[in-house]
Amino acid sequence: MRVLAAMSGGVDSAVAAARLVDAGHDVVGVHLALSKNPEAYRSGARGCCSLEDSHDARRAADALGIPFYVWDFAERFAEDVVADFVNEYASGRTPNPCLRCNEKIKFAAVLARGRALGFDAVATGHYARLESSPAGVSLHRSAEPAKDQSYVLGVLDADQLRHSLFPLGADTAKAAVRAEAAARGLTLATKPDSHDICFIPTGDTAGFLSARLGRRPGDIVDERGEVLGAHDGTHRFTVGQRHGLHLSVPAGDGRPRYVLGVDPVRNTVTVGPKQSLAVRVIEGIRPTWTGQPVSGAWRGLVQVRAHGDAMPATIEVAADRVRIQLDEPAYGIAPGQAAVSYDGDRVVGSATISSTGA
Amino acid sequence: MTGSTYLDHAASSPVLPEAAAAMAAELGRPGNPSSLHAAGRAARRALEEARESLAADLGARPAEVVFTSGGTEANNLALLGARAEGRGEVAVSAIEHPSVAAVRQRLAEVAVLPVHETGHLDLDRATGLLGRRTGLVSVMWVNNETGAVQPVAAVAERAHAVGALAHSDAVQAFGHLPVGFARSGLDLLSVSAHKLGGPVGIGALVVRRGVTVVPTGFGGGQEARLRSGTVPVALAAGFATAARVACGRLEAEARRLSALRDRLIAGALATIPDTRANTAEPCSPAIVNLTFAGVRADDVLLLLDAAGFDASTGSACTAGVHQPSEVLLAMGRTSAAASASLRFSFGPDTTTGSIDALLGLLPGIVERARSAS
Repeated sequence: MRVLAAMSGGVDSAVAAARLVDAGHDVVGVHLALSKNPEAYRSGARGCCSLEDSHDARRAADALGIPFYVWDFAERFAEDVVADFVNEYASGRTPNPCLRCNEKIKFAAVLARGRALGFDAVATGHYARLESSPAGVSLHRSAEPAKDQSYVLGVLDADQLRHSLFPLGADTAKAAVRAEAAARGLTLATKPDSHDICFIPTGDTAGFLSARLGRRPGDIVDERGEVLGAHDGTHRFTVGQRHGLHLSVPAGDGRPRYVLGVDPVRNTVTVGPKQSLAVRVIEGIRPTWTGQPVSGAWRGLVQVRAHGDAMPATIEVAADRVRIQLDEPAYGIAPGQAAVSYDGDRVVGSATISSTGA
Repeated sequence: MTGSTYLDHAASSPVLPEAAAAMAAELGRPGNPSSLHAAGRAARRALEEARESLAADLGARPAEVVFTSGGTEANNLALLGARAEGRGEVAVSAIEHPSVAAVRQRLAEVAVLPVHETGHLDLDRATGLLGRRTGLVSVMWVNNETGAVQPVAAVAERAHAVGALAHSDAVQAFGHLPVGFARSGLDLLSVSAHKLGGPVGIGALVVRRGVTVVPTGFGGGQEARLRSGTVPVALAAGFATAARVACGRLEAEARRLSALRDRLIAGALATIPDTRANTAEPCSPAIVNLTFAGVRADDVLLLLDAAGFDASTGSACTAGVHQPSEVLLAMGRTSAAASASLRFSFGPDTTTGSIDALLGLLPGIVERARSAS
């Protein structure tokens, strides 16, 4: 098979590419240039857009003896991921840019370009497992639950999955991947993991958003509308957030207060006690399916963040809307997040959370 | 990749066997050419023989040849160090190599000389931009992306008419076209070894006798106090030997490669729709630049690479990402066209067979690349 290995410069994608070479595939490495100004990310925290990362990816490709290219997707990334991220926050929602990047860039624009150039699949270092059967390809959690990344792949559809490879998902623990990288002589074996959002290498998401959305002072109110304090812009707040509220009126019961809701139209942030964060019903829009589209009601598991728990739920699909009834209440679920549904360890599909209810 | 066909000689041409042998002989013995002992004298002798040989092939005097680390340093030295007395402005063409263009951006007084859409200097408009303030005029001999040969003798004449010095970057000309320094009327000329079969790491600035150049680096005062640093004798010997071989067969090679150049251009235009040649007469025998409308040049390079052909876009890249060619933009091409252009450049190992094999693959590759963008 002719495989395009997306190489971030990190240890996972390098080992993934190495395994494909071992398996006898015709592998070409590509590093995605996602920043319009790569020099800006040269130092500081690990991102996926720095010159250093592209160098590390190139050196890994050298060690594997495969061709290597840098593909410039900076413009697409700025539009589809960064601008979307800012707009979602401006609208009071909490997006997941990694998921969006997988959906719009890695397994869309990159895959389409690769397929047009004659490649059969795109491979990444994600920890997830693909299973092939006569019915098609299905996506599953990785064998190593602590590293499972199936959540951020939950937006992929059957066609995308048919042309994807995740060589690390089947049997691999992170320590084993590092050891394998070292044994293969890859110099990036000891490179630290990336955690931050790649286009915010400082980790200061609020600062990043404020620089783009400005300062828009407003009120922090309780559930009855009583003003408890002031804020500099609703985009600095996420449902479930507890820190950074700086309330001038102490809570009557002395218990911590959390962000319950963000309303950019009225420019208010609503806060309240933890029990008010409890969510039993999740409404979702824009459903995607990893296989045949699903309809009707069924029992499954739902996960709402990358490293969140899988929560038992009844999932009901009607038209282009998904209604999720959780068995047990969950806390801190924000509109904009993706709800990914599972059948056991198999990913069924995803939806973007539009609203929540108790 | 087995059986790969190298069509990127303008980026760097393989070291000729004669040059490799000359270098091996020099590398085998010690000696700093500035030392007074026997080993130093032997090194000095080899260095001066290389200089004399090179001067003969350049149509210059040995004392006019100043060895540098390559074309970039030679161009930098000319642009930063040479001016007609009391004048600050530098006039450079819009299609110069980055080693001239990037220096231009650091200078306070600059005039940019326009080119025709063929890639040749617009001599009339250029002349109109020269004047009493002009201290140095720099126009390359052969453009590194399109192969267009520039009217350097006329440039030298116009420069002198206003009292300015004239420099030419002849990195892509030397070894491919007759380069007679004295005859050209130029005051300064840059050349490089690895574009004609010599080693990477050495070049020269030819400085007409009587022209003052201010050094930009400081140290032991080697190379007529103009370029400090121990001169690499082995590289100089390799450079001189390669130049001697290349200049010795220049006419025959120019005839042979011109036919291949014309064959590639005609074949590509005939078999690939929406193709435009950016190489127009007068031009180097060894460079062909083509625009395949609607492709990403990178995609064509990837597919050629997979098929065993090494080509290039010819323009600079930033972090591995190609930018639209500044040269083609200066020739009036759109940004889209400038991003859809490739350079094929020839050398001694390029044959009719290589060109025909390329022409056999190109239509399919371009079609595939078009479907990917």
